[in-house]
Amino acid sequence: MRIAVCLKRVPDTTTKILIGADGKSIDESGVKFVPNPYDEYALEEALKLKEAAGSGETVVYCLGGDAAQETIRTALAMGFDRGVLLQAAPTADGFEVAKALAADLKDGGFDLILFGKLAVDDYNHQVGVMVAELLERPCITAVSHLVVAGTAVTAEREIEGGIETVTASLPAVLSCEKGLNTPRLPSLKGIMAAKKKPLELKPVSLGAGSVTVLGLALPPERKPGQIVGEGPDAVPALVRLLREDAGVI
Amino acid sequence: MPVVLAVTEQRDGVLRKVSLEVLTAARRLADQLGATVDAAVCGSAAVSGAETLGRFGADRVLSAMHPDFVRYHPDGEAATIAAAARSAVAVVFAATATGRDLAPRVAARLGVGLATDVTEFGAEAGKVVVTRPVYAGKALLRLRLDGSPAVLSIRPNTVQPAEAVRPGAAVTTPVPEFTARVTVTGIKAPAVAALDVAEAPIVVSGGRGLKGPENFKLLEDLAAALGSAAVGASRAVVDAGWRDHGAQVGQTGKTVSPSLYIAVGISGAIQHLAGMRTARTIVAINRDKDAPIFKVADYGIVGDLFEVVPRLAAEIRRLRGEML
Ligand SMILES: Cc1cc2nc3c(=O)[nH]c(=O)nc-3n(C[C@H](O)[C@H](O)[C@H](O)COP(=O)(O)OP(=O)(O)OC[C@H]3O[C@@H](n4cnc5c(N)ncnc54)[C@H](O)[C@@H]3O)c2cc1C
Ligand SMILES: Nc1ncnc2c1ncn2[C@@H]1O[C@H](COP(=O)(O)O)[C@@H](O)[C@H]1O
Repeated sequence: MRIAVCLKRVPDTTTKILIGADGKSIDESGVKFVPNPYDEYALEEALKLKEAAGSGETVVYCLGGDAAQETIRTALAMGFDRGVLLQAAPTADGFEVAKALAADLKDGGFDLILFGKLAVDDYNHQVGVMVAELLERPCITAVSHLVVAGTAVTAEREIEGGIETVTASLPAVLSCEKGLNTPRLPSLKGIMAAKKKPLELKPVSLGAGSVTVLGLALPPERKPGQIVGEGPDAVPALVRLLREDAGVI
Repeated sequence: MPVVLAVTEQRDGVLRKVSLEVLTAARRLADQLGATVDAAVCGSAAVSGAETLGRFGADRVLSAMHPDFVRYHPDGEAATIAAAARSAVAVVFAATATGRDLAPRVAARLGVGLATDVTEFGAEAGKVVVTRPVYAGKALLRLRLDGSPAVLSIRPNTVQPAEAVRPGAAVTTPVPEFTARVTVTGIKAPAVAALDVAEAPIVVSGGRGLKGPENFKLLEDLAAALGSAAVGASRAVVDAGWRDHGAQVGQTGKTVSPSLYIAVGISGAIQHLAGMRTARTIVAINRDKDAPIFKVADYGIVGDLFEVVPRLAAEIRRLRGEML
């Protein structure tokens, strides 16, 4: 089984966000970067599927700057066989990122290409699906339960008020949701081994795309709230405020 | 005249409420762009509720019927919407489980970028300009969509459906040839059909302060008193197995924008705030006056939830009783 996972390097979710001097991106100084949490489910699933198949190859792809090599090494330490860094700055236009990834994944002979459901920095929710469309492969998104039997894929995805069962056959593209598995932590041995695993660097250039960033700003401060009171005696005042000031009940 | 395409959603042959939000958004964009609105409905037979689309701003209702569209059909609907969108200036989806699956398929087929989970939108100099939360709601990104068409999805609950009566002329639209690469074979509904937190206009969420799964009945009772309310949860209680993952609000759960969010016994960790800070009004009930949730709450009560919540439910019942 040959499996590729697309992994993005993103700011840790607890990071305080400051706006950069250009007013269009974040100030990266002092920001801690981590592998995108949803992509960790994809990494784990790839390793599990390869282990179950007994043979194959796992390849991690990242599109990003040179610092993303560190992110790729994390996947190699978990057990991936090799990594590919497409050297370019990710843009706000997910379609351009998808085109660059798809161009390289196209002839890789992968049975499965796995993505995270979304990248927690841009919340775009789109790159995996777009890659699938570009490669004309079946695509199931936000998978929280997966069974691969031979070439038959059965997946479950959460929808509003229910769970959808979706079937497809390999080769396929999936995006992974929380609940799919529990990602393993790299072992010390894995971390040592990762240093010697192949990591290919490939410069790519992204198109200008059709999405233009006008600005990035901090959200307006919520107007300072008020403590209505203490204990159950404060309830009537709260209800009055909700009705008369906020107009929500 | 240019067209803005509103992509509606239905389930089991019934139009979903979020479709009216999409249509209202499309109407507003169309008015600014000097365009008309087409509302697309995919289904296997007449969709109940489609007849109201004219009332909410559809000049035409394009109905695309195919026997395979009895459930959501990713490839077939993508082909249909992409074909209908080819001459549109803008295409509006809902950022729901379905919309998040469908919109990128359509954008890729049209060869244009996509702005998802949009919370504000408008037209400037003939182009669609949107704002969307990024970095878990810690920043707002403003984008101009230069693609033709502009493709966007609207976060549920950020647009109030508004009437704007138009002809709503029924038109049959062809379903093009498509290759079905994936098949939705079924939907498992939960034991009790409950409103989903991502779409409910009011969300009452509970955290570790509830002490145990059995105490969530307090929140269910409060939700019932409020009407049209869903019960959400923090990750701590989902991980503890007290509530289903589908109810989790936050970074690794759902992003909600209800008009009222009541956080009960939730400390307000940054990952929880990521999922609910765009709620219109936030109420916090917590016995720790220094809990971070009070920093984002519009109204707070410092106190024991086991005393405050039943009182709140009773007070709301009394008020609603008076209003009847
Ligand atoms: C990568 C990552 C992703 C995460 N994603 C999410 C996510 O999606 N959603 C999420 O919620 N969390 C998420 N978390 C976890 C988050 O950091 C917090 O641990 C979690 O939100 C805490 O849940 P809580 O508020 O229920 O519990 P606690 O932090 O333990 O808070 C319980 C609160 O209840 C109050 N309380 C106790 N008893 C009473 C009483 N009798 N009356 C009134 N108040 C009382 C306490 O004062 C306290 O403030 C994530 C963490 C990480 C690292
Ligand atoms: N720059 C990138 N490099 C590698 N994978 C990416 C990149 N951007 C997005 N992805 C993948 O696409 C998924 C969805 O991202 P997004 O559409 O940006 O929310 C992520 O979870 C990753 O699997």
